[in-house]
Amino acid sequence: MSLEHFISEAISPWMKKEGPDSDIVLSSRIRLARNLEKYNFPDLASKEESEAVIQTLAGACKEKSCGNFGEFEILHLDQLKSLAKRVLVEKHLISPHLAEQSKFGAVMLNHDESVSIMVNEEDHLRIQCLFSGFQLNEALTLAAELDDWIEQKVDYAFDEERGYLTSCPTNVGTGLRASVMMHLPALVLTKQISRIIPAINQLGLVVRGIYGEGTEAQGNVFQISNQITLGKSEEDIVEDLRGVVLQLIQQERTARKTLQDGLKIQLEDRIFRSYGVLANSRIIQSKEAAQCLSDVRLGIDLGIVEGISRSILNELMILTQPGFLQQYANEMLNPDERDIRRATLIRERIKLEEA
Amino acid sequence: MFCQECHERPATLHFTKIVNGKKTEFHICEHCAKEKGEFLPGSNTFSIHQLLSGLLYGDPSISGTASSGLSQQSVLACPQCGMTYNQFAKSGRFGCSHCYEVFDSKLDPILKRVHGGNTRHAGKIPKRIGSGLQEKRELEKLKQAMQQYILNEEFEKAAETRDQIRLLEKQKHREKGE
Repeated sequence: MSLEHFISEAISPWMKKEGPDSDIVLSSRIRLARNLEKYNFPDLASKEESEAVIQTLAGACKEKSCGNFGEFEILHLDQLKSLAKRVLVEKHLISPHLAEQSKFGAVMLNHDESVSIMVNEEDHLRIQCLFSGFQLNEALTLAAELDDWIEQKVDYAFDEERGYLTSCPTNVGTGLRASVMMHLPALVLTKQISRIIPAINQLGLVVRGIYGEGTEAQGNVFQISNQITLGKSEEDIVEDLRGVVLQLIQQERTARKTLQDGLKIQLEDRIFRSYGVLANSRIIQSKEAAQCLSDVRLGIDLGIVEGISRSILNELMILTQPGFLQQYANEMLNPDERDIRRATLIRERIKLEEA
Repeated sequence: MFCQECHERPATLHFTKIVNGKKTEFHICEHCAKEKGEFLPGSNTFSIHQLLSGLLYGDPSISGTASSGLSQQSVLACPQCGMTYNQFAKSGRFGCSHCYEVFDSKLDPILKRVHGGNTRHAGKIPKRIGSGLQEKRELEKLKQAMQQYILNEEFEKAAETRDQIRLLEKQKHREKGE
């Protein structure tokens, strides 16, 4: 395995397996924040301390006995070019924070990229498990197993009263962030989403764009995650989120049905127009591309568009990000050049599926 | 509205910054935003830390007008990493795990605000370092339940719970004896 392995393909192997409810839930993620007792948190840690943390964790994860997780490849962020870092962010394998701000960061990835362990991000460890579709419990089980396995080898910073101690007080306690990426075009089209988001917020959950904190929802893809990490058990946190996601799935399905029953021709028109844009445009900005891809994906889910695989939205939304476009072009591109490349890439990809 | 940078494309990103009550607005297009910073998705945006430190800055003990007792607290510093409470309030992040102990007296209100009123961990306990904790937590839970039963005058249930507590405590002593 090498760096190329992780940055050459847009979709990670785990994403290719279709999970439950994958017409609406694109992916499920569990993240655990952990710190080692002995060292200062990454923000204040010296170079030596940070390196010692990497050594300790790389050592812990090197052993072959890691059972279900396979072997880990370690990538040191300071040895990566900015474009490679960007591609890893676009694949959600590392956070923007690790790519940009971490002084001595590293990431450990397993072969199918379903597990990513960030080292020296905001916390010493950020264990992340990703599953396709709606599989929060499965992701939690795997993350907990990995956590137990690492815990046998290192001393975590843990306090009886406050739980797992994290750099930011927003993560203390379980250190758990559970999130689900959902494609909700019908709730957006029927304008119900603006009513739903505040309701979700009231339940202690957060709705964000696809790249997390502070990003806007592109292509009707929303990330829903827990806000509270203290005072509830891991299982309860996940269960609360699961309950809300189940309701959202149901509401989205109902909204899709309403659209199909009442506005069939308008819906088809919108979907095929978007398909037309994707299949024919020569210049396309990321926002428009994301919106059209969302329409086409809805068309695929409803059986209106045939002959294109469902993963098209996942794949092209990642592939048409600036990092990937430049990786493919093998050169730096300015925004105008990217818009041209993006259009070409989408045209080729959509055709490929047609054939 | 046109983009303030290129004056060509329509502005799609609108930022409002309020510093000391003074409001500044920026309107730019996505292109220029990307061009300017070449920033990664999700970065360069208003972060949870800024928000948190905004909350913490409302703490009267770290404003200049604090009484002598409070101003002593404002120089509260972690002996392990050297972080002062002031620095923590500014950055919204701790320097090391010891900061939690050092700033403990000030943490509850912050945690309450962030975690829906909760201040105590109720989740997983690491197996290796926390083996005795699990039992301890179970005991605490039972004792609380017993109190509640007594308050509700459900004395039979209270007695059952008391027996469970005794059994657990006995087991604990036996394990210690061995």
